[in-house]
Amino acid sequence: MSKTIIEHSVASETFNKDEPYVDWHDETLWFVRQKRDKSSKLLPEWEQLREVASGIKNYVLSHMDELLIAFEQKAKENGVRIHWAADAAEHNEIVLGLLRQNNIDKMVKSKSMLTEECHMNEFLSKNGIEVIDTDLGERIVQLRNEPPSHIVLPAIHLKKKDIGDLFHEHLGTEAGATDPQYLTEAARQHLRDKFLTRRAALTGVNFAIAETGGFVVSTNEGNADMGAHLADIHIASMGFEKIIPTQKDLAVFLRLLARSATGQPITTYSSHFKRPRAGQEMHIIIVDNGRTTQLGRADFRNSLKCIRCGACMNTCPVYRRSGGHSYHNAVAGPIGSILAPNLDMTKNADLPFASTLCGSCSNVCPVKIDIHDQLYKWRQVLVKGGHVPQAKEIGIKAMSVVLSQPRFYQWSGRLGRSLMRTVPFVVNNGMNPWFKQREMPEPPKESFRDWYIRNRKE
Amino acid sequence: MTSRDRILQQIKLNKPAETLLPQTTRFDSLYENTEDKFIETLTAIYTEVIVVKDLAELVRKAGELYASVVNRATTIPALADWADFSLNDPDPHALELIEIAILQAEFGVAENGAVWISDTHLPHRALPFITQNLAFVIPRNAIVNNMHDAYERLHDTTGWGCFISGPSKTADIEQSLVIGAHGARSLVIFLLEDA
Repeated sequence: MSKTIIEHSVASETFNKDEPYVDWHDETLWFVRQKRDKSSKLLPEWEQLREVASGIKNYVLSHMDELLIAFEQKAKENGVRIHWAADAAEHNEIVLGLLRQNNIDKMVKSKSMLTEECHMNEFLSKNGIEVIDTDLGERIVQLRNEPPSHIVLPAIHLKKKDIGDLFHEHLGTEAGATDPQYLTEAARQHLRDKFLTRRAALTGVNFAIAETGGFVVSTNEGNADMGAHLADIHIASMGFEKIIPTQKDLAVFLRLLARSATGQPITTYSSHFKRPRAGQEMHIIIVDNGRTTQLGRADFRNSLKCIRCGACMNTCPVYRRSGGHSYHNAVAGPIGSILAPNLDMTKNADLPFASTLCGSCSNVCPVKIDIHDQLYKWRQVLVKGGHVPQAKEIGIKAMSVVLSQPRFYQWSGRLGRSLMRTVPFVVNNGMNPWFKQREMPEPPKESFRDWYIRNRKE
Repeated sequence: MTSRDRILQQIKLNKPAETLLPQTTRFDSLYENTEDKFIETLTAIYTEVIVVKDLAELVRKAGELYASVVNRATTIPALADWADFSLNDPDPHALELIEIAILQAEFGVAENGAVWISDTHLPHRALPFITQNLAFVIPRNAIVNNMHDAYERLHDTTGWGCFISGPSKTADIEQSLVIGAHGARSLVIFLLEDA
């Protein structure tokens, strides 16, 4: 998107202005995190499942090319057509080409974070194709001209009233209506009409199976199936890291996915596509878009193990209090902040700094990605590469000078304490970022070092 | 070079050193009673479970439950007289009028209340999604413990299949759970004793 990027810290400051709203956002996501906890604790083998999932994904990373070749061959034998896209632009062109070949200018789409990453809707719309998002949350944000703010809960940042107003304007519901049942019914009728009249459907891919050439799509609403089974042409877009070796591996991943995402034992629908139905065309687009580069970065390649459950977002104290849009990336939150700099270091240099490094994300990750360690490592790469704002860089350099010279450190400490006591306005002002939303501490009379030396003598 | 070859070549250059697959990839979830667990899980996700002794009782129950409903479809031969909607039309769009479909499913999974349906028993893939209300019939002895057991039964899959667990739902409006998003508004599962 060509929109100007607002840095995470600035965007979240705006988000934080409405305090009751931020509290609500925080509590709503924390509730989802708690559901995940309850559900995971019902399985005694939970930790072992995570270990196995992580192990399978490690195998996938180290056999990626062989698995993709096997998948391609099987899928072709099943009558599915396979396309490869090096980047977002090529992916979008392939979709457009398939639609044009079939004289189609209207398509339904179920959730696919990859097409968000590729900004496909925007591209197709510019080329005269209408794309209707069919997941309720995605449809809501689409009507608002916004990207999803969460990968599993796309409209989690909105309240009933916002949606009521939106549907009143676009779907003709009663003014002021906020009942979720009523609003969902209106969307059901609106979208059923689209499902019944569109000849093309695009879905994402949750898992692609090398052994069978099939792929699995998980939804709670059934929108992927409604679209795909009624359309003449089904296009599935997948990042190549979605591959897993065998069908039985799905047992491990499907047991982890929904429990980690929303606390459900499994999503309502786990649809296994293998062959197109009679008379239907089925296409799979295998997309790179920076993934081979990430595979080559030893410190960051684990991020390709992600199964997109969103657990790291729901648990993240920064995400919960800053909202998904402040991350200016298709995938927000902790995992998105590892993936984004791979796509563009300059544009996304702020994101790995949007973390407290508390480690909660790594603790809930179903495939054991070392998320907070990778965020910490990105910071070092980005500072070394000169991708962070000068003020931050100068601050970090100054800190390094002070901390590496004990005498200078002692002198600075004394100076700091005396300044805070005698002329507090020097630090207690808007120029000091540490003063924001924070009371400065009362300076102690002596440093710990001085206290220690004194006590040793006595 | 094509994008395919370039991507595969880059992967080959960039992938990490070989690791092996984990040795154990399956776990036993043994419930005191698999059927009880299955019913408990389904009840929690707004699904009614009805145990019927035989096909005659199934026909009777179906008649009672959907007495006033028109546009009834089924894939179960014993219910042919109960149904008034033919599934012979090859165009799946014709199915949009169906109010209730009672379909054969292959087996259920205790840990998550899912049932497996596939091309094998379905004339239309769209059927379980497009119908307003849905019911499945599975043999009472076809309930497995968990997903590992489920995939052991599925070694030979067909062109398409799906685990369905409860009616269609969404919580996209302020996290309030609403049943009946795009797919079936209600789900009933008949457990058939003498299959």
